[in-house]
Amino acid sequence: MTYQFDFSALWAFWPEFLQGAWLTLQLSAVSTVLGFVLGTLCAIGRSDGPPWVKFLVASYVEVIRNTPLLVQVFIVYFGIATLGIKVSANAAAVIALVVNVGAYTCEIVRAGLESVHKSQLEAADCLGLSKPQIYWHVIIRPAIERVYPALTSQYVLLMLASSITSQISAEELTAVANRIQSDTFRSFETYIVVGIIYLALSFVVRIALWLFGLVVFVRKRKLGTAL
Amino acid sequence: MSAVVKLSNVHKSFGTNKVLDGVSFEVGRGEVAAVIGQSGSGKSTALRCINALETIDGGTIDVCGHAVHDAKLDRRSLRRDVGIVFQSYNLFPHLTAEQNIMLAPSCVKKVSKSEARDLAHDVLRRVGLAEKAGHFPEQLSGGQQQRVAIARSLAMQPKLMLFDEVTSALDPQLTGEVLKVMEDLARGGMTMILVTHEMAFARKVASQVVYMHKGKVWETGPGSMLDSPKTAELADFVGSGL
Amino acid sequence: MPSFSLVHLEFLGWAAMWTLGLSAIAFIGGGLVGFAVALMRISSVHWVRYAAIAYIQVVQGTPLLILLFLIYFGIAIVGFQEVPAIIAAGIGLTIYSSGFLAEIWRGCLQSVPKTQWEAAECLALTPWQRMTRVILPQAMRIATPPTVGFLVQIVKNTSLASVVGFVELAQAGKLINNSIFEPFTVFMVVAAIYFAICFPLSTWSRRLERKLNVSRR
Repeated sequence: MTYQFDFSALWAFWPEFLQGAWLTLQLSAVSTVLGFVLGTLCAIGRSDGPPWVKFLVASYVEVIRNTPLLVQVFIVYFGIATLGIKVSANAAAVIALVVNVGAYTCEIVRAGLESVHKSQLEAADCLGLSKPQIYWHVIIRPAIERVYPALTSQYVLLMLASSITSQISAEELTAVANRIQSDTFRSFETYIVVGIIYLALSFVVRIALWLFGLVVFVRKRKLGTAL
Repeated sequence: MSAVVKLSNVHKSFGTNKVLDGVSFEVGRGEVAAVIGQSGSGKSTALRCINALETIDGGTIDVCGHAVHDAKLDRRSLRRDVGIVFQSYNLFPHLTAEQNIMLAPSCVKKVSKSEARDLAHDVLRRVGLAEKAGHFPEQLSGGQQQRVAIARSLAMQPKLMLFDEVTSALDPQLTGEVLKVMEDLARGGMTMILVTHEMAFARKVASQVVYMHKGKVWETGPGSMLDSPKTAELADFVGSGL
Repeated sequence: MPSFSLVHLEFLGWAAMWTLGLSAIAFIGGGLVGFAVALMRISSVHWVRYAAIAYIQVVQGTPLLILLFLIYFGIAIVGFQEVPAIIAAGIGLTIYSSGFLAEIWRGCLQSVPKTQWEAAECLALTPWQRMTRVILPQAMRIATPPTVGFLVQIVKNTSLASVVGFVELAQAGKLINNSIFEPFTVFMVVAAIYFAICFPLSTWSRRLERKLNVSRR
């Protein structure tokens, strides 16, 4: 192999890599939070709503889970534009990611809700808790604690999948890489660097979510056992 | 008579927990040795060491001419000579009783399919389950599963059979049918080592009883030693068992 | 400007074949590599196990898009200038699916109780016989639902092969949109075709899972 690796040309671009990584993190964080809220609401609707809500949520989840994110991104970005509404690439990216991860969150949280034992509800009911109180204290919180590892994996995948929004030129890490490699002609090196940054980011996201879990789930922190 | 199994000063720890602390005993050809003791006394571990399921930290174990303590031990050839039956049966759930038994003869001894089937039916008859050949494990009672497991080991014509608390998971009435099979085996001259809680069975069938306590062989002797224990610990143990 | 017509639909249908073909390559290639990695992952030899862990971590921690770019430019570096897009896409997706299938299958292999491994060992079976006659038949039952489920991920992710110039369903949609600019219609049709491929797989996977849970009680 005669190829000479040359990473030096990329040094000059480190602020841009950093900027891209930062935007990727922001994109992921916003999408994770909004997607979590959307997904949890959908999960509640799916397991406890009137039939038409159940049907609507089920359709939403199936459609999203059985079509590629790339196509969803295109539909949001170009589709909204044809409706005459102007949205930036970044905004379109967030919308697409939220809609996407909301569907996955819904499925995961629903599994958690179903795992809560009926006797728990009866106990809470007998203690005179109101329906929203029961929901919050006895169903949702333990359900989410139980499926938190699955959610963590899903949100790491979301961070990685946000690279797809480079295809509508949202200015995140992959888009930055695409630009730098065409400027420097050091394509392979560029993507190696970016690959390593993504690896680091997925590590960071995992740690951050783990720490967050420790803060939120007191029982888990004190006992260290799964619920 | 040379010993089929000989343990000398065997040591074994799990982490900081010393499970076997200088265990020695031997079992001659055609002998039935019953290893008894409280849970945690190391008796099951001793049995697993004999079959190289656990590696030992010190001492020597010789089994049918195999140096089990040797790092270069050929485990597969050891296992051709030694059969083991587990407390939890460990039948393969995806195979019928007959297929469970045929597996090892056809894989290991390269016996033809029809021969293996004949063999399977033969050993199933010996454990009184000839009519269950086509049943899957989950269609059988615990006692029947355990008898199939014994038949599975027998099919390899082992020189030594190990039994690891094989009746502990069974109801009393199912225990009887398994013990009956084991008694027949013993009468047929099979060399056997059994870890057991069945004192009556040990007294009746065993030619040698090994009482283990705190990782050591505390007392050993013929079955009758259970009636006149020399140590306070064995007296306690036998007393609590009654 | 022409509008969306039967010609376009035909083109999309043809592209969908390529999506299926690429999915098949990714599944077969990823299955072979993934199975090997899964075996390495449960090996008793330390470095083999760590190598497998590292492989899985890297593949699962890097976006498929970046993986595809690396393969695409990497192939040029090793000296093959004109490689058909399907090769680059096939390699990229093979690596991607192997990383995930390895982890799925490792879990299935390890969910076969340790006592079954021991019992097979005590019957003097060779490691190969133990794997093929005792462990795999049990593990495969458990592995089928998540594997079928992962097929859906593979089909969807072939859409990214467009970045190395492979014309599959999503890329075909883009090409059509470039000529007629009816993004909403075009991508809705594209999405519908993906849905038609993936939904039956998802349903099948779920049904298998339910059956497995019932049989396990």
